[in-house]
Amino acid sequence: MKSFKSLALLGLATVSSMGSIAATAADDLTVYSYRQAFLVEPILEQFTKDTGIKVNVVFAKDGIAERIAREGRLSPADVVLTSDFSRLMELVDKNLVVDVNSDTLNNNIPEQYRSPENDWYALTMRVRNVYSSKDRVGKLDLSYEDLASEEYKGKICTRSFKHPYNIALVASMIAHHGEAETKTWLEGVKANLARKPQGNDRAQVKAVKEGLCDVAIGNSYYFGKMMTDPKQKSWAEAVYINFPNQKNRGSHINVSGMALAKFAPNKDNAIKLMEFLSSDVAQKSYAEVNMEYPVKADVTPSDMVASWGDFKADSLPIFKLAENHQAAVKLLDEVKFDL
Amino acid sequence: MILGLTRSWSLAGYAIAVILILPLFALLVQATLPDEAVFSHLIDTVLPTYISNSLLLMLQVCLGSLVIAVPAAWLVARCDFPGRRYFQWALLLPLAMPAYIVAYVYTDMLDYAGPVQRFLRQAFSWTSPQDYYFPDIRSLSGAAVMLSLVLFPYIYLLARTAFMEQSSSLLHASRIMGCSPWQSFWRLGLPMARPALAVGMALVAMETAADFATVSYFAVPTLTTAVYDTWLGYGSLSAAAKLSAIMLLVIFAMVGFERFARRKQELFQKQSRLTESDRYHLSGFKAWLSFGYCSLLIVLAFLLPFTVLAGYAVDYFDESWNSRFWQYSFNSLYIAAVVSFICVVLALVMMFIRRVSPRKSDILPSRLSSTGYAIPGTVLAIGVLVPLTYLDFAINDIYDYFDARGPGLLFTGSVFALIFAFCVRFVAISIGSIENSYKRISPSLDMASITMGQKPRQLLWRVHLPLLRKGIFAGALLVFIESMKELPAALLLRPIGFENLATHVFQFVSDEQLEHGALAAIVIVLVGLIPLIYLNRSLEQES
Repeated sequence: MKSFKSLALLGLATVSSMGSIAATAADDLTVYSYRQAFLVEPILEQFTKDTGIKVNVVFAKDGIAERIAREGRLSPADVVLTSDFSRLMELVDKNLVVDVNSDTLNNNIPEQYRSPENDWYALTMRVRNVYSSKDRVGKLDLSYEDLASEEYKGKICTRSFKHPYNIALVASMIAHHGEAETKTWLEGVKANLARKPQGNDRAQVKAVKEGLCDVAIGNSYYFGKMMTDPKQKSWAEAVYINFPNQKNRGSHINVSGMALAKFAPNKDNAIKLMEFLSSDVAQKSYAEVNMEYPVKADVTPSDMVASWGDFKADSLPIFKLAENHQAAVKLLDEVKFDL
Repeated sequence: MILGLTRSWSLAGYAIAVILILPLFALLVQATLPDEAVFSHLIDTVLPTYISNSLLLMLQVCLGSLVIAVPAAWLVARCDFPGRRYFQWALLLPLAMPAYIVAYVYTDMLDYAGPVQRFLRQAFSWTSPQDYYFPDIRSLSGAAVMLSLVLFPYIYLLARTAFMEQSSSLLHASRIMGCSPWQSFWRLGLPMARPALAVGMALVAMETAADFATVSYFAVPTLTTAVYDTWLGYGSLSAAAKLSAIMLLVIFAMVGFERFARRKQELFQKQSRLTESDRYHLSGFKAWLSFGYCSLLIVLAFLLPFTVLAGYAVDYFDESWNSRFWQYSFNSLYIAAVVSFICVVLALVMMFIRRVSPRKSDILPSRLSSTGYAIPGTVLAIGVLVPLTYLDFAINDIYDYFDARGPGLLFTGSVFALIFAFCVRFVAISIGSIENSYKRISPSLDMASITMGQKPRQLLWRVHLPLLRKGIFAGALLVFIESMKELPAALLLRPIGFENLATHVFQFVSDEQLEHGALAAIVIVLVGLIPLIYLNRSLEQES
């Protein structure tokens, strides 16, 4: 019987300790991040060193927008960091962010890479590349449009097209060609797939190395990440990284970014953090940890990233992608791209 | 059993039941709200595929588990061959393996880049995928095989118990009538075990419907992944709730005739009427075949994936063995402990009322509460968040009214939501377990203690509790394991920034880097083995 009493006490103690789990000091900043914590922590530590403002960063793979929407005016989030553009737009669409009037931000971040309403800012950019097999294909000078041509029948590998990176690519196609033509293009690409879309971007490069397919769609920074991972180096060495559409509009760009939460408890400090993230030093290292391109014009990418060569980027303003996001998702459902 | 149980007891029972089925109601209400045409778009495009995928998967997993489990159960229950005593508990090992981990290991082994196909290519000098056919593991049938491998023990367990409980006189009769062992299996054993098999299949179907990680990893869209994507991708909670409602219809239709409150209770029955001499003694080829079959099952469903995991864990030990790992382990264990404690207390109260109440209707609370088990984690998450969010805001509004600073997100911002959802989902397990123990306590004990002037509370505390100890412990243990393994509800309901072992492992699985999360996966599996040791003891006592 004694054991039951102690068990009951233990239960009571644990239940009563539940409330004290998420207690943070009132003026600390809370950052909701779609980017993994280890990528952003070093830079946030630097910010804390400079300003004395403590930052709690919490990472989630998805569902942050949905969560902030649900938390409403009670949300503890001050700043949201996203790992791609569609997540940024989701926040805007749901009316969860608020505009920042900061000259510092507007001077640091080029117009193409921020919202006309000042309610979101890009921090880094990456290219949606086409990787090609060194042995079987060689270096390519192709367009995204070419991926639907006969030449690539049964040779393309990609991750799910419902993934934000691919949705953004489809949205850019819609922006340039309209829905009808994009639908035809999607059907063409689908017909050229070597296998059902599956896995992540790196897995596609691995599949090229294994001979399952000849070309793969993937973000630029994965090339660097694979090069620095002993297990994956051989995958990266089996492919060339190609920048599509160099003869015309330029390669499709996606961005990671930040926004100020609408109900941020500490707006002033949050803006300080955002301004810090757009500064030279932060731009350099924030881009470097993930092998991306800084958006600030005078900051150079890391040596590794620079070694992939110069390229022409699509000048389509980023917010144009947002206008076509839902249309892109609907087209993918209509074409049943992933099924 | 008639006893002057006051109405306040009944009220308590109903209050518990209402709280536990609240998420279900919230979900249905949410499903009636407008969703900006998201749902109609889904119906026009991908929904039929999702539904047929879900149904096909359930069907294939049910059949697959059945085909795997029944022979094993028959062999262990009714035959005698080398290793039988070990197999009877070893065949339960796969239960400790989360399906997505098994899926990951086999994908690595069997896909184009894996060792199996590489070997074949070298052996036959094939060079490209066009040269030969190899089944794609990342497919609906592949997912069905993976799920069957980890879910078959449910059917095995129930079937084994059923076979053992079939009376030996029938068996003798069939032998006297000249039935061969095969004939007595087909004409007697199997038909008599049908109810148990139906319960097992219902269980397996529910577990399949609830699976999120395996199908998401295999890129096989089902209703479960659709709920997740619609909610977080389209950002439409109402459309996700509508999908959930469809899914619940599918599940309830499939298991409607079964009372899942009876689920794992057969685990602990000990009424074997078969004696050693009633078993068919297999020898020679047959004995080795049986031995081989059972061994193969255990190797495929447990030993092989576990060995691969252990290899990863050793290779990446230094990198994984850090304070974060400890934090996640603590989070998992803490949640599991709290949930199993709450589930046992709730189940105990409800079952006690059911046992001693003079009112027939007092059976209802425990029945109603048991439906929670049929609700998949993804679906449950929606049902839990809706009312809790409402409650959070109501509390803060009251504070605002008095111009005080509110407590913030008390329920949805803490682990409360997670714990609540787990309790709703797993209370059925503790109910089943305690119900089963109650069956073995003679009602005359109750009468005797009433005669001695004990109050209901004293009866519960002084008579029932000590006698129910085993059932309580077993129930708590099973809830504990399930809470360690449950992934989708944890993914969706955790406070932001909160990770436990399951979410941590899944993160690596979806990044295709399980090796970094292998240590955490091992912990989940090892904790899952504890009840098997316990089970083994009770099985040993049986034989």
